[in-house]
Amino acid sequence: MIAIEHLTKSFGKFKALDDINLEFESGNTISLVGPNGSGKTTLIKSILGLVIPEKGAIKINREEIKTNWAYKSYIGYMPQIGRYPENMTIGQVINMLKEIRTDHSRYDEELIENFGLRAIQNKTMRNLSGGTRQKVSACLAFLFSPDIFILDEPTAGLDPVSSELLKDKIMKERANGKLILITAHVLSDLDDITSHIVYMQEGKLMFYKAVEELKKSTGEEKLNKVIASIMKKDYLKNHAD
Amino acid sequence: MKIIVKYVLLDLLKNKTILVYTFILAVLAVSVLGMSGNSSKGLLSLLNITLLFVPIISILFATIYFFNSVEFTELLLAQPIKRRTMILAEYAGVAFALSIAYLVGVGVPVLLLNYSLASLTLLVSGLLLTLIFTALALLIFVLFKDKTKGIGAAIITALFFTLLFDGLLLSFIYSFSDYPIDEPLLGLISLNPVDLGRILVLLQLDVAVMMGYSGALFKEFMGSAIGSIYTVACMSFWIIIPMVVSVRKFRKKDL
Repeated sequence: MIAIEHLTKSFGKFKALDDINLEFESGNTISLVGPNGSGKTTLIKSILGLVIPEKGAIKINREEIKTNWAYKSYIGYMPQIGRYPENMTIGQVINMLKEIRTDHSRYDEELIENFGLRAIQNKTMRNLSGGTRQKVSACLAFLFSPDIFILDEPTAGLDPVSSELLKDKIMKERANGKLILITAHVLSDLDDITSHIVYMQEGKLMFYKAVEELKKSTGEEKLNKVIASIMKKDYLKNHAD
Repeated sequence: MKIIVKYVLLDLLKNKTILVYTFILAVLAVSVLGMSGNSSKGLLSLLNITLLFVPIISILFATIYFFNSVEFTELLLAQPIKRRTMILAEYAGVAFALSIAYLVGVGVPVLLLNYSLASLTLLVSGLLLTLIFTALALLIFVLFKDKTKGIGAAIITALFFTLLFDGLLLSFIYSFSDYPIDEPLLGLISLNPVDLGRILVLLQLDVAVMMGYSGALFKEFMGSAIGSIYTVACMSFWIIIPMVVSVRKFRKKDL
């Protein structure tokens, strides 16, 4: 569904993405993992067309995205930091997106109901806590039932109840055959919903494997431990040379 | 595009800075027009207020607004929207809000207390300056990645055109006073939108010749009709060129 070929991007001298090759198929939940500054957000933004790559191509449904912008209607994006115009209310933001997306007339408002945003829809964005803004971002990502979800740190800042609600929703969408891309620092959060892991470091792709396979090869049950044991091996290898 | 403009406006018309800006302009306009018995004197004071406030407030406010809404812009660009539509809509929203503020703050008092052709010209000049400096703010937003640097550039741009440029012009006149520099001077003045805004209004007032070198020059060389057309054309270029460059550059900008 998404194919990334030789994607390279640098900011000045800093190489944010270094010859990345990946292929994501629908029906999977893929976690992008890596330390800060490893290029996860740059990768996501390249897929969204927010960052213009230097080299390489990104194809969505076999079509290169370079000049074309209409492909974005397949994608639901939830940003890491949700900042909205201060004086807009929750209701206005949601209505604005509905009005912009004239290609849809049916909306998936399950999350809006579950998060209880209806009751506070007249609150202005300025008065919202970080977590509530995060909820608004999540609702917007799911509003148009896209085929691809790109969620940047979706559960950071959410309370446990909302975090569970969001995870349930993600699992449900995956069962519907959607492709879900998630970036995360806190892995334990994603233990039960991830099917594949992409591990990046300093702009390079370290590995892209199914969770089952990883668990088997490392003999660990918890994802955190899996990653830690791989990082340790890597570290030992680097320092043995 | 219309939808984005609408919601940006909805947000901005509730913005406190815009409201305070409108209020201060209104207070200044009413007091200046009420104080001086001579209507053209009042207009002149109002012209100076416009030339001082409009450029700096427009460029600063717009720059800060563009930089603050980067995340929101990203969210909207993740929707099927062209980059050009997005940036033009944002410009239109901000420029519209600032124009309304100016029209309510200065326009309403002027039209009620001192209606004349010269007053209308003052409003046109103020509006054009608002559009120009918002366009310059857009250009700054597109060219700079860092918000702090962008705001610095906005302040420098505003100060350059409101203060520094005239100083440079004076030193130019002073050092070349032995030569016939009238025509090159006209060209140089066209490089400063604030001067153009001043001349546009002065051409409509009888005091044009009294109000310094540039006003006299324009009146002498072109007469008020052609002079006005020339200044408006120059000011339009000051809107169009930054806009075109911004749209071009924004196509390739990393957010």
